[in-house]
Amino acid sequence: MKREELAAKLLAMVTDIAPDVDPATVIPGIDFRDQFDFDSMDTLNFAIALHRELGVEVPEAEYSRLASLDKCVAYLAGKVR
Amino acid sequence: MEWSPIAKPRGAVRREPCLKDYEEARRTFSWDQAAAQLAGLPGGALNIAYESVDRHASGAARDRLAIRFLAQGADPHDLTFGELSAASHRFANVLKQLGVKRGERVATLMGRVPALYTTVLGTLAAGAVYCPLFSAFGPEPVKARLGLGAVRVLVTTDLFYRRKVAPIRAELPDLRHVLVVRTPGAGDVPEGTTDFDELMRTASPEYEVARTSPEDYALLHFTSGTTGKPKGVLHAHAAIVAHVATARWVLDLQDDDVYWCTADPGWVTGISYGVVAPLACGVGMIVDREEFDAPRWYEILDTQRVTVWYTAPTAIRMLMKAGVELAKARQYPSLRHLASVGEPLNPEAVVWGVEAFGLPFHDTWWQTETGAIMIANYPCMEVRPGSMGRPVPGVEAGIVHPRDDGGADEVAQPDEVGELALRPGWPSMFRGYLNEDERYRKCFRGGWYLSGDLAKRDADGYYWFVGRADDVIKAAGHLISPFEVESVLMTHPSVSQAGVIGVPDPVAGSAVKAFVELKAGQSASEALRKDILAHARRQLGVAVAPREIAFSEQLPRTRSGKIMRRLLRARELGLPEGDLSTLEGAP
Repeated sequence: MKREELAAKLLAMVTDIAPDVDPATVIPGIDFRDQFDFDSMDTLNFAIALHRELGVEVPEAEYSRLASLDKCVAYLAGKVR
Repeated sequence: MEWSPIAKPRGAVRREPCLKDYEEARRTFSWDQAAAQLAGLPGGALNIAYESVDRHASGAARDRLAIRFLAQGADPHDLTFGELSAASHRFANVLKQLGVKRGERVATLMGRVPALYTTVLGTLAAGAVYCPLFSAFGPEPVKARLGLGAVRVLVTTDLFYRRKVAPIRAELPDLRHVLVVRTPGAGDVPEGTTDFDELMRTASPEYEVARTSPEDYALLHFTSGTTGKPKGVLHAHAAIVAHVATARWVLDLQDDDVYWCTADPGWVTGISYGVVAPLACGVGMIVDREEFDAPRWYEILDTQRVTVWYTAPTAIRMLMKAGVELAKARQYPSLRHLASVGEPLNPEAVVWGVEAFGLPFHDTWWQTETGAIMIANYPCMEVRPGSMGRPVPGVEAGIVHPRDDGGADEVAQPDEVGELALRPGWPSMFRGYLNEDERYRKCFRGGWYLSGDLAKRDADGYYWFVGRADDVIKAAGHLISPFEVESVLMTHPSVSQAGVIGVPDPVAGSAVKAFVELKAGQSASEALRKDILAHARRQLGVAVAPREIAFSEQLPRTRSGKIMRRLLRARELGLPEGDLSTLEGAP
């Protein structure tokens, strides 16, 4: 999967959990929680969605690597086919 | 499954605890004795800020660490008791300059940053009343609480102001001043606000702490009931007597401890045991600005040499999910005592503490209304996994059945379920619900304060939580009113009715789930579900909004038209539906 494609997919998953967020306004380099309310329960649901939709299992110890769109892409790029 | 008690043979605890003999303390203790341990102010005055900070700042502890602030990618920021005292005095002078009078309310809406702690202590030093708001509230809960509290001054950040306060500011006539902490790169302070740091810079660090009486109001905490508006729970300065006594006995705080309370100061635990109690005990504490992150938390416990840790079931269950190996990758030779609060701690989690840290978690029970820990497991006593423990010395608890005539019958039989109740009279008992005397009076029956929690007591006097007596939802330790959520859902243009319940969640204990009935002509779709969820999150904030929304053709109602949440819950969980005689359409 291309990086752009992956980023678009991830953004759709984030805004599915937090539909109050306008995808067009999300800044890839800033942590979600600093841009809008995205708490640890949301992160947990995001990890569940990653597993369901992309088949990637993210261990809890690595949740901090899902904190922003850029971090997610960097972390997941090698794991998603 | 049966869980064996975790014994505490002599010598097993890593240090002689403050409370050595529970039974002895229960027999001999009096609150007057505890009050006499405090410094006090001339003329019988008592002020929480003075007890927490100034008494230390004016003595040998002046240069001792009071708070260490941690943040990702930044060096720790330390404040001594002397520095914290000076900063809180500056803020008290700011309030004076703004014309804030004694008893008027000052609120915060911000994360765990130094300005919050300064605001709490400066407000109390000035004799004004401090009101915390959780930073993950959306505009609607913020508006409701600022309005009901007739809050005069709000301290927040520029970013929170723009998102959560600016849209509702016009509806808050009592709110005279908004002070904002600026975010680098976020531009000028928003219109209608003042720069917090600039006011602080020019204010004097000299201030004579207000000589409040022990019965003067100090804190206003909002909590949720089943129906109606949020309840404004009022506490007096005398509460500090119970904060200090319980912090010693239950948390075992001693002079050289490094203490970490992970609760956010937007809620009562984060104020009682995350600001005032540890400071009043002269203990240095850790404050972490960041959200939960398992590796980060272990790193803090290890590198900051935390000795006493007070955390919450949701966090413990998230650590458990991350695996015990992660915990064991580090060592915690300093750690001495673990405690938990917010919702009942499941026995697996209590025992997991032993596996991960060599120490059991000690569950504690209390509420916003009780102001301080009321029932607990103690370092000197065996822990019964799954039990909330035994009443704090000085507190009389009971299991009662309230009667319709205004009385209550105490249950004598062990293991019989009833409502958990307390005999009024402890110093941190709430003094009222703001502007709602009737609601306050209804909490008391037959000489008992009724907690709204169902529980039982075993033959040895240990209490066990059973459930809530009403429909309020405890999600991740936060009390959520189904009514508040339903009210906002019904403001969505497509929704005609809503019913909100808590559904079991393996991590958060309960999660908020909403059932909505659509207006005529509207049809259920994924796009509409997301639109309603977006509306709820925008208005209520992430802490209160439902995590799940389901469409319902027709919600079950009573004949008088009230949504039957009990029935929604029974259907959702596949439980017996019980007495349906009041159901609309029933024969």
